[in-house]
Amino acid sequence: MRKLIPWMMGLVVNLLYTSAFADQGGFWGSNWAVLDPKGPVAAAEKHLILTAFGLMLIVVIPVIVMTIVFAWHYRADNKAAKYDPKWDNSHTIEWIVWSVPAVIILVLGTIVWQTSHELSPEKPIASTNKTLEVEVVSMDWKWLFIYPEQGVASVNDLVIPANTPVHFKITSDSVMNSFFIPQLGGQIYAMAGMQTNLNLFANETGVYRGMDAMFNGEGFSGMSFPVTVATNDQFNNWINQVHAEKTDLNVTQLRSLEVPSDHVKPIHFATVTPYLFESVIMKYMGNDASTLKAMASYCSPNRLVNLAQGH
Amino acid sequence: MTTSALFGRLTLDAIPYQNPIIMGTVGTVTILGVLLVAWLTYQRRWAYLWNEWFTSVDHKRIGVMYIIFSVIMMLRGFADAIMMRTHQALAQGMGQGYLPPEHYDQIFSAHGTIMIIFVAMPFFIGLMNFVVPLQIGARDVAYPFLNSVSFWLTVASGLLVMVSLAVGDFSQAGWSGYPPYSELKFSPSTGVDYWMWSLQLGGIGTLVTGINFFVTILRMRAPGMSLMKMPIFTWTIFVTTVLIMFSFPVLTVTLALLAMDRYLDMHFFTNDFGGNQMMFANLFWIWGHPEVYIVVLPAFGIFSEVVSTFSKKRLFGYASMVYATIAIAILSFVVWLHHFFTMGSGANVNAFFGIATMIIAVPTGVKVFNWLFTMYRGRIEFTTAMMWSIGFIITFAVGGMTGVLLAVPGADFMLHNSEFLVAHFHNMLIPGALFGYFAGYNFWFPKMFGFRLDEKWGKRSFWSWLVGFYLAFMPLYALGFMGMPRRMSHYDNPYWQPYLIVALLGTFLIAFGIFSQIMQLAVSIRQRHALRDRTGDIWGSHSLEWSIPSPPAFYNFAKTPVVEDLYAFTYMKENGINPRATAPFAPIHMPRNSSIGVFLGLFTFTLGFGLVWHMWWLVVGSLFAILSLLVMRSTDDNVDYELSPQQVAVYEAEAYQSANQASGQHAADLATQG
Amino acid sequence: MSDTTLDNHHGHAEHGHSPLNNQLFGFWLYLMTDCILFASLFATYVVLKNNNAGGPTGHEIFELRYVFLETMLLLFSSFFNGFAMINLSQNKVKQTVQWLIPTALFGLGFILMEINEFSRLVIEGNGPDRSGFLSGFFGLVGTHGLHVSVGLIWMTVMIVQLLQKGITPGVRSRLLRLSLFWHFLDVVWIGVFTVVYLMGVM
Repeated sequence: MRKLIPWMMGLVVNLLYTSAFADQGGFWGSNWAVLDPKGPVAAAEKHLILTAFGLMLIVVIPVIVMTIVFAWHYRADNKAAKYDPKWDNSHTIEWIVWSVPAVIILVLGTIVWQTSHELSPEKPIASTNKTLEVEVVSMDWKWLFIYPEQGVASVNDLVIPANTPVHFKITSDSVMNSFFIPQLGGQIYAMAGMQTNLNLFANETGVYRGMDAMFNGEGFSGMSFPVTVATNDQFNNWINQVHAEKTDLNVTQLRSLEVPSDHVKPIHFATVTPYLFESVIMKYMGNDASTLKAMASYCSPNRLVNLAQGH
Repeated sequence: MTTSALFGRLTLDAIPYQNPIIMGTVGTVTILGVLLVAWLTYQRRWAYLWNEWFTSVDHKRIGVMYIIFSVIMMLRGFADAIMMRTHQALAQGMGQGYLPPEHYDQIFSAHGTIMIIFVAMPFFIGLMNFVVPLQIGARDVAYPFLNSVSFWLTVASGLLVMVSLAVGDFSQAGWSGYPPYSELKFSPSTGVDYWMWSLQLGGIGTLVTGINFFVTILRMRAPGMSLMKMPIFTWTIFVTTVLIMFSFPVLTVTLALLAMDRYLDMHFFTNDFGGNQMMFANLFWIWGHPEVYIVVLPAFGIFSEVVSTFSKKRLFGYASMVYATIAIAILSFVVWLHHFFTMGSGANVNAFFGIATMIIAVPTGVKVFNWLFTMYRGRIEFTTAMMWSIGFIITFAVGGMTGVLLAVPGADFMLHNSEFLVAHFHNMLIPGALFGYFAGYNFWFPKMFGFRLDEKWGKRSFWSWLVGFYLAFMPLYALGFMGMPRRMSHYDNPYWQPYLIVALLGTFLIAFGIFSQIMQLAVSIRQRHALRDRTGDIWGSHSLEWSIPSPPAFYNFAKTPVVEDLYAFTYMKENGINPRATAPFAPIHMPRNSSIGVFLGLFTFTLGFGLVWHMWWLVVGSLFAILSLLVMRSTDDNVDYELSPQQVAVYEAEAYQSANQASGQHAADLATQG
Repeated sequence: MSDTTLDNHHGHAEHGHSPLNNQLFGFWLYLMTDCILFASLFATYVVLKNNNAGGPTGHEIFELRYVFLETMLLLFSSFFNGFAMINLSQNKVKQTVQWLIPTALFGLGFILMEINEFSRLVIEGNGPDRSGFLSGFFGLVGTHGLHVSVGLIWMTVMIVQLLQKGITPGVRSRLLRLSLFWHFLDVVWIGVFTVVYLMGVM
């Protein structure tokens, strides 16, 4: 034991130090993604985490110190310490231990109320630049991004311009997922038959990590994607490049994407059939007979076969 | 999938031959099982076990059996933890670890389910079974037979989880089993069914226990014990039973609806045909959040008993503690949405649930301060039980802080579903529940068996657990800030790996902690004569369970004690009242042992197994057997018997003789000392 | 439940408690948990009510007159059960059984009518797998029906026990609990009738 503990401590410090401060070497995004925001939303959320953390320390540090001090001072063999076996009540102390936490929670509660509204994911971000619309469909196990205004789409490749508000409309073509780009802002669920909204804003160009945060099956680990924040020119160039691609995203293509696959390399689509995103949502609404029929044929046994074969 | 009338969808392919890890485990467990059975047969212990333990309706024996069951399940759950940590430490970049995703996914689902439902629940239920009737001066619980039924239902459902290892697979949908992933379309194998039915059947047992102890505490307290004179542990259990009664029916419904989706093609939570997956999340956590407090509140009770006993003081702010417990219980029902702030419920809803969640920190904080002021001006003895409590206070403070972070919706958007979350709830449940149970185990063990546990191995286990905990979970907080989601079976980021290696080292240290606990038990049994407690009040504690010999006679109290003070036994000691009952004794009614509980458990297991594998004849047969047993029991009028005063006198003399003490003398000694 | 323990009121000093009263109290608590169970099912139904996924709405499939007859059967069953309990309190075995039989028969009638309604819906293609709304409907109403069916089995057992054992303390206690259960199911049914059928047709 005596040798093991220092050895382990050494190892820990070494490993953690290298890992915490190492150069990223081309890997997507920062090491401390949550603490290294690249946009106002993420920055506000980081600030919020640190504020709440600081406020809590007002209670937590005294608790830890008191525990250690009391335990040491009132140890049984310290006969010098005062011993009062029947002392079990003090209105002053009671008053303090109820009110101090209550005041802190009051402060925190006010912050919660304000920030819940300010950081509400559906709240549009004010900017002089026009908001970019991106439609996001989570599939097994990849992300489909549709740019309705530009008429292009991509799989596992999100490119957005810097200093431009981006409004994501998010749905799922499969199970419940969570759309998350830590350096730009918090996550939100993607659910079939429903649309959730997320507004983000990037103010620094670069490549960041996007991911699915919610476990959704065997391909879960292979469902992250690079988020490229580009300058306006770069972004327009990229759109033009995608327009030059050969494949189009239509209903047939969408079907073929629905076949489960993971670690999917980026795919680009030169054009997109209009209202494809809405059709993904409508597929699960099933309010009329024709949709139902379409749905019946959609419920393909592919996934079942796949799972049964153990893929 | 083809099904046969006899075996349903069960075929020989359901046994994972090709998986060496599973087969190795199954093989080892089988060999150990055969050895155990052979040894018991050789020792001719079966009749003893059957008559004295399995069919027992004695709350003390049932309590001990619950704890043994919990410990066995903990070994399984911890084996899962080691496998996960090892795998994650390896599965970076080109390293694929050693578990395919579908196996890894089963392991984390099983780990969560087992640790909450089959470790935490039965451990505290075991302790409360043993302690509560003794603390309130009762002879048994309100429904001793139902108590046995509850236990065997728990065993049956635990067995169902264990069987999933060898026959078929376990759920891959996590312990919370969110649809639509847990729906038939996405999880067609038996895994989710095993998860669902084991929770469902075990949940019924828990619900019955909840009712049982609520009635026991409310109606069977010794004369003089008003509600505000109840020992604090009994209070926390009382509040816990209320939580159980309010929350478990919701779990029953939630799982039943999922079952209807999976078995009858219904659409409660499906993607299509008008199902609503968000409803599952709501229903599940309406049960799930109170469930957290169901496992934590009893531990709070234990800490209160332990801290006041080993500080040689009364509990600071008893009334405050009681009100804080009640406040926590009520608030625990209005916070469930904080488990899914990221569902997009809107700012007002999120803010409401965020604030409600944070308000819970106030009564919890009060409890922590009250424990601290119980230590203040005390004479603290650092026994193993006390060490667990001090370790808890410090560690829990850290967990509480990260909990408040997660309660802020804006912060939660960043930290939800990440390793930060994993670190947080382990930081609450390991100290907040497990440390408490370990403290209670060390504290009440002498009362259970008449000798105390070895301190040296006890301390070793504590330090290994404590340091191991920090090593295992602090890196996960860091990984959360690095943006690592939970439940990854593989990752590309090389900078996450060192943290996961450190976490693995922590897990090894915890493994040494568990080894120390096993050693502690083994060493203590070997040295039981040296560790014998001859006083019945080994720690000099406050409540009634210490006023009788260790171990207590099967009827607990020869005469129902009269309670004068919140610290009933301390009062007796201080006023020189001899707690030992003297002749003449009155006759005592006792419940008879019953094997029906065991058989109900057996048929509940076959019912679950039949449901999982679609073996409908087995389902119908099991239901019929269960019904017949219940009718049989209701027709049986010969369920109790009477001990004559002469018998009571004999048993009472035996109990005191085996404890080899004169309690009156002891009490008088203490009174002069104190 | 303030400062005195209930034990003292019942005066079973050496026994510690009175088992029969405890059983009734425990059963009450069970019914309260059942209340929560039904509350969850009601909530589920209300959430799913409009998710008919292109299938029928309640307005199209509920026949109020039929359900009203069903309701009457259940209420009368409870009414007869009340007479059985009066006779039980007067220790009249034969009369108790005589009232329990129509109680059970009317309960059985209710269940048969419900089964008939369910099978009609299934045959028409409006089974529980048709839509979220129908899942919620079958889930809620079916759970109530399941409770009534269990009650019927229990009642049969009690009739046999009455005939075999007469009115023993155990039999009396079980009959009292059964009676509570039966009335409880009435109350739940009133809820079902209002929330599902009346509001569905409106």
